[in-house]
Amino acid sequence: MQTEYAFRHRHIFGMEQLSSEDILHIIATARSFKEISSRPIKKVPTLRGKTVVNIFFEPSTRTRLSFEIAAKRMSADTFNIAAATSSTTKGETLADTAKNLMAMNPDVLVLRHSSAGAPQLLAKHVGAAVINAGDGAHEHPSQSLLDIMTIMEHKSDLAGLKIAIIGDITHSRVAGSNIRGFTKLGAKVFVAGPKTFIPQGIEKLGALVCREVNEAVAEADVVMALRIQRERDHDSLIPSLREYSRCYGVSAAMLRNARPDAIVMHPGPVNRGVEMNPDVADGPRSVILEQVTNGVAVRMALLYLVAGGQGGQE
Amino acid sequence: MSANMKILRGGRIIDPKNGRDGLGDFWIRDGNIAVVEDKIPADAEVIDCQGKWVVPGLIDLHVHLREPGQEYKETIESGCLAAAAGGFTAVCCMPNSKPVNDNAAITRAIVDTAKSCAARVYPAGAVSCGSQGENLAEYAEMKEAGIVAVTDDGRPVENSQLMRRALEYADSHDLPVMSHAEDMSLSRNGCMHEGVVSTRLGLRGIPAAAESIMVFRDAALAELTGARLHICHVSAESSVAVIRAARSRGIKITAETAPHYFTLTDEAAVGYDTNAKMNPPLRSEADREAIRAALADGVLDAIATDHAPHSILEKEVEFNRAANGVIGLETALPLTLALVRDGVITPARLVELMSVNPAAIIGVPGGSLAVGAVADVTIIDPERRWRFTETTNHSKSVNSPFWGWELQGRAVMTMLAGRIAYQFND
Ligand SMILES: [Zn+2]
Repeated sequence: MQTEYAFRHRHIFGMEQLSSEDILHIIATARSFKEISSRPIKKVPTLRGKTVVNIFFEPSTRTRLSFEIAAKRMSADTFNIAAATSSTTKGETLADTAKNLMAMNPDVLVLRHSSAGAPQLLAKHVGAAVINAGDGAHEHPSQSLLDIMTIMEHKSDLAGLKIAIIGDITHSRVAGSNIRGFTKLGAKVFVAGPKTFIPQGIEKLGALVCREVNEAVAEADVVMALRIQRERDHDSLIPSLREYSRCYGVSAAMLRNARPDAIVMHPGPVNRGVEMNPDVADGPRSVILEQVTNGVAVRMALLYLVAGGQGGQE
Repeated sequence: MSANMKILRGGRIIDPKNGRDGLGDFWIRDGNIAVVEDKIPADAEVIDCQGKWVVPGLIDLHVHLREPGQEYKETIESGCLAAAAGGFTAVCCMPNSKPVNDNAAITRAIVDTAKSCAARVYPAGAVSCGSQGENLAEYAEMKEAGIVAVTDDGRPVENSQLMRRALEYADSHDLPVMSHAEDMSLSRNGCMHEGVVSTRLGLRGIPAAAESIMVFRDAALAELTGARLHICHVSAESSVAVIRAARSRGIKITAETAPHYFTLTDEAAVGYDTNAKMNPPLRSEADREAIRAALADGVLDAIATDHAPHSILEKEVEFNRAANGVIGLETALPLTLALVRDGVITPARLVELMSVNPAAIIGVPGGSLAVGAVADVTIIDPERRWRFTETTNHSKSVNSPFWGWELQGRAVMTMLAGRIAYQFND
């Protein structure tokens, strides 16, 4: 088919909305921007005169910094707004925040929020493009895209790969986006964790649920561990970090069943000794630092596509 | 003869309580249902009802009128107007106003305000003081003031011992206990049905078991006490199964569902539409089908709206922070008429579900077109197509998943003691 491809998304809410073609286009765009980051002068004028506002209702230095660096390398003006989601600050709704923001006439709003669906709500109230930088337990598309970019640098293609995701699938937006993104590109995604971490109907998103962690890791090309949220302990999902680590912590021994060229990933920051042993996190299979580098490139691509390049116009 | 006469001409009179379903004239004299005579009095007001149904006024067991305390969402007056426009001649209002209706003074205030309104209002009193789940409220005094049932709707009774005492004490005063069945330890922080859709949306789910566990507990307590239990807004197949089993054991249990549970599923929440957020939540297709079947086979006794008005302040927010509830008084009848068109229930069953059984459950007049009864009558055009919008809505709030829908069938006239409380004009 000779149809002309065009990136047509005004907002980036999640991997659910993206086709495999969209994903590959974003990765290709990110690759071209990655080169900029290795130049002595790491700046291009692509988004000069554009305004990017990072609105983070949840603390996240890493993702916010990554978006900020991405915007600066594209010469956009950036502002950071850290807001509290506390429901006690009554009357101050997301819609109010959005209306106040519009006074700055921003082109792109990058939103991190504890509520699933918050980016869609924000987009209803603003004229700017909205990029989801993590919404509750729903999606975190830029993380998934940087994971895909990293895997592609090692495996060239995701089709037919076996990818294991281990951890709290229920509360992980990284898992939410990666299950969607990886399967769209033809990978087989196996998830493992105690049943308290496996949400109802996750198979319908395309994931294969493994009772045994070894079943997920066996012959895997990629093993990804998710960060354990310590503050969720009170929810009695697991008895202790100690026991979790014993059963599900990714260790060198566990990886013996993976493919010899398997890579190990983690969305960071790693709780060393909990979901991943230090020898694995800092070992030869680990691509965790490459993930961080690719994060900036992917976010440059997203900003470019919604604000400067094709697709941001309508 | 100078009596005030109204003659409903040629409608289909559906009165299952008296075993009647057929065409005929229907006479109302001085606000009461009268014997049909041969000669039409000269001063009678004749209302053409050809192609329409004449049914006993609809009765809604479960509404939130928000007064006193949250008049910006609804008032007794606006809620009653919405009721009349929806074909209801009477509503049972839940006690979770601000303050809670847990004493006779508040009950009297509600009843007094309602006197000048377009529908009869039968308040339900609180099970416990302030619906705090600690001490029983004064049922006898509230009953003298006008309550017809007790419930801590919106704040389920967590303590089993208190629920037992409520059933016993209410039984002594011949009041049913209405149970909003929810195990809060399972539902806490949940905002929609737990299943594929909640996983896809990344929202915390509420399993169907959170409802059916409490239905079971309350049925067991009703068996223990011999008291009358009514289960509110049943949403889950598993609850239907518990109610069926309880009834076969001879437990005095009745149950209602709401139109959204037999019309929609959890898919309605896709896109984070907060108008699809209510408690209990919209459930799976299998649950929806079980609810429809239970309305037909008699396990569910009534259709109630759970009319729950909220302003945009509570609804135009993040899904997990949005208030639970939807308005329903004006959409209940058309959505139930869809069940008739789908062949799920008969017109007579519709009247049982929306009038006969609700009247019996709370022990109020109505549900019958017997001669001599007060003429609370609803005239239904089962075919009329109309759209639910600003122009047709009478509630102060607009939080409905059916907003903007084209619906088929509606009340075209609602009469309270022979007086026209509402008339539909196109
Ligand atoms: Zn309720």
